[in-house]
Amino acid sequence: MCDSCGCGSDAGEVLLRRPGSEEHVHLHDHAEAHVHPHDHEHRHHHLHDHAHDDVRMREVVVEENVLTKNDLLAERNRGYFEALDISAFNLVSSPGAGKTSLLERTVKDLGKERRFFVIEGDQQTLHDAERIDATGVPVIQINTGNGCHLDARMVHSAVKELQVPQGAVLMIENVGNLVCPSLFDLGEKKRIVIMSVPEGDDKPVKYPTMFRSSHLCIINKTDLLPYVDFDMEKMKEWARQVNPQIEFIELSVRTGDGLGNWYEWLLANS
Amino acid sequence: MHELSIAMSIVELAEEYAHREGANHVREMELEVGELSGVVVEALDFAMEEAVTGTLCEGARWTIQIVPGEVQCRACGHRFHSRDLFAPCPQCGKAGVEVADGEQMRLRSIVVE
Repeated sequence: MCDSCGCGSDAGEVLLRRPGSEEHVHLHDHAEAHVHPHDHEHRHHHLHDHAHDDVRMREVVVEENVLTKNDLLAERNRGYFEALDISAFNLVSSPGAGKTSLLERTVKDLGKERRFFVIEGDQQTLHDAERIDATGVPVIQINTGNGCHLDARMVHSAVKELQVPQGAVLMIENVGNLVCPSLFDLGEKKRIVIMSVPEGDDKPVKYPTMFRSSHLCIINKTDLLPYVDFDMEKMKEWARQVNPQIEFIELSVRTGDGLGNWYEWLLANS
Repeated sequence: MHELSIAMSIVELAEEYAHREGANHVREMELEVGELSGVVVEALDFAMEEAVTGTLCEGARWTIQIVPGEVQCRACGHRFHSRDLFAPCPQCGKAGVEVADGEQMRLRSIVVE
């Protein structure tokens, strides 16, 4: 049961929440995830190795991409953003690469140039939204429950709640995960993958789908380069193998090194 | 575990077509998953068991056809089978390929009752 409103939901449900408020929105139409022991057998049969003698049984041709619904809704989001001149960015990374720290710093430093709105995605807690809220920027938290990524429908609901105005910059911080978010278009203008030096230079080899689908790769925590084995050129070469168009910005949110290049990129793309 | 979201999308899609047909049950589903789709077939299989529960697809059988990954060398244009985007071209030895096939995740057909 949902411990805030007692509406019968559990930790597996998707919630929209705002810092400093008990109010929240349930996205009830999202099927809930639940786990049960896998103690039964798989039922694998080829469809055409038996006849459908029963006349009530009939085959229906579908031939549809499984993610069509998400892709269509993402295109709807994209059209809405374009019409209102909203620049939406989808920030993806593994947990701990520094997405929230980069956002905090960015919305403070560019607060005069752009009007920022932030959507935070995490499985649980308001922690990241509270950090953004402290900067005074409007923010909404999506708690995905058991979900490992944001999808276009969640972003659609969050944008409605946030009431993002014309000309704004919408930063969407995805759930920390380099696998799942790569398959789900949110309707963003650009996808930005953030990695940090201590994670290792082979991230593009391990997670090629994410690097393939991103426009910009930010390499954070460059102040740690003297202490770890991280071959910057090798990393870039690997990333370019799957995505020759990908751009790179090296920076350290902690020291501020390289942030100017990021701000230049962001202003040019929003 | 994005396979669960994908499994739920498959079930939703199958239910939509079943509704359109005025059917009460989905008995079979024929799926197609490419080797370069980013989906782990075993995980999808497991997730499907979950996703069908309490839907028109409960009790349905499904098959997953695996579509081989096909890539094309950016340097010489040679097309070859690969599950690895970092594999060097067997013809010219250079790395760097474009995906030609094997990214699909499709529901091909269903059998309804």
